[in-house]
Amino acid sequence: MKEIVILSGKGGTGKTSITASFASLAENKVLCDADVDASDLWLILSPRIIREEEFRSGHIAVINKDKCTECGLCRELCRWDAISEDCVIDEIDCEGCGVCYHFCPEGAIEFPEKTCGKWFVSETRFGPMVHAKLGIAEENSGKLVALVRQEARKIAEQEGLNMIITDGPPGIGCPVISSIGGASAILVISEPTVSGVHDMERVLQLADHFNIPVMLCINKFDLNIKETERIESFAQKRKIPLIGKIPFDPIFTEAMIQGKNVLEFAPESYASKAVQEIWRNAQAFLTDLGT
Amino acid sequence: MIISIASGKGGTGKTTVATNLALSIQDVVFLDCDVEEPNAHLFLRPDIDEVESVERPVPEVEKEKCTFCGKCAQICEFKAIIVVGKSILTFHELCHGCGGCTRICPEGAIREVGKEMGIIEKGNIKGIKFYHGKLKIGEAMSPPLIKKVRRYENREKITIIDAPPGTSCPVIASMKGADFVLLVTEPTPFGLYDLELAVGAVRTLNLPCGLVINRSDIGDDRVKRYAERENIPVLLEIPFEKRIAELYSKGIPFVQEIPEWKERFAQLYKKIKRIVDERDSNT
Repeated sequence: MKEIVILSGKGGTGKTSITASFASLAENKVLCDADVDASDLWLILSPRIIREEEFRSGHIAVINKDKCTECGLCRELCRWDAISEDCVIDEIDCEGCGVCYHFCPEGAIEFPEKTCGKWFVSETRFGPMVHAKLGIAEENSGKLVALVRQEARKIAEQEGLNMIITDGPPGIGCPVISSIGGASAILVISEPTVSGVHDMERVLQLADHFNIPVMLCINKFDLNIKETERIESFAQKRKIPLIGKIPFDPIFTEAMIQGKNVLEFAPESYASKAVQEIWRNAQAFLTDLGT
Repeated sequence: MIISIASGKGGTGKTTVATNLALSIQDVVFLDCDVEEPNAHLFLRPDIDEVESVERPVPEVEKEKCTFCGKCAQICEFKAIIVVGKSILTFHELCHGCGGCTRICPEGAIREVGKEMGIIEKGNIKGIKFYHGKLKIGEAMSPPLIKKVRRYENREKITIIDAPPGTSCPVIASMKGADFVLLVTEPTPFGLYDLELAVGAVRTLNLPCGLVINRSDIGDDRVKRYAERENIPVLLEIPFEKRIAELYSKGIPFVQEIPEWKERFAQLYKKIKRIVDERDSNT
């Protein structure tokens, strides 16, 4: 089984639009939205939810006022400044480390498990999809990412599907690290802007750090030909396969408004052909990796 | 005044708004808190004159003293320290630095040492005091670094915080305690949905907010209808212009090339100030 994870470093370069188009092209696959923080893939794939589960992870400390003597030890030990002068724990600041709970001399602190989101298994017009919704202002996004990927893998195994296409989160931190462990390859979507190039370099360093094979494509390449050339020579120097270039085209937005991917919305467009070529090259890259 | 600039969805123009706003008003402290992918320096191009290494505490075990009692592993909520038979292992990448293991160890065998998680670069440009955090590649947790960057905020001046995308802990760390959150969105289904999430986060923190609609003439009018319904003021609209997109791609803040925008950003600040002042006088 192969898993390709779509990343970019910088947000808004087209990860989700391109992932949604791959959904049209790939066969025998499970779709996985690993951007649990601001998941958008469902807006194009209109999933019909067939299973919904709570995501329980971590704990939160709560002070029982009846037992509390306001000795202040918890406040002194808390590294997150989550405990106020009058011994109330701020839910948002609480890291869930349990230090206050363990050391409270009165046993006045409770430490219940937390529900920090939901995850779903759905049916879409392109096949099964696993996605999630992290609660607002919640933590543990990395764990939820790991969970949706694991469920996607289970479904692939059960249904004999040999490909997982994972829409990754922006950045290079916890949820991104969690979205690439054990993946077959990463496809980085870059854009020819100084920010796009800067962020691409950092996400490529991350792929390198975790030793995961990586390929590159450029979206909106005609926005700035000079920056596109910079990406091309960078890829050449680093021996990173550049597997395609997509022009800037408002049809991505128009398609999104209709709840479609570009291949459904404008199959004959240049942009659609470019996405097709990228998918073909990505498949060849995955095949060359062996198993 | 502390203004945090956030969005939910990435790539909507947070950095564009933050940098152009900073260049259109006086007395600015600029904090780039998108420590995973900081970009503001590419536009402001500050002269960096100081680099500070930022460490986080992680446990170090003195093996000779350890009796493998396992208390440290029991207290650790993050599985960052484990005891298997006669060996003890630490996983610094999982450690949140709570200090629980160090405190609970009956043998005093654990002490905390610093592990570099990133850097803060400090500089100046055109009267702007500039700070940004840069998370080290492979480090998972950005909020501790964001909090360190925020030590440089200054309420007496105008502190502009460029926040990371999303709605989870790094975003909260970049918004909490701000006087105002400026949300930047685009009028597309992705922009709208992620805006709704961001508004949820802002309301959890009970902060006033307003909206900038970037590329305001692409897409549809659902973002505007949502803003009206939710009583969120639209403070600025930036249409899609090839010129602006090109300047952005080159790392040039467009107020420098299209001067009428400088006045619009100055007005944007005035609108924010009015909202914050009104709120203050009501409480």
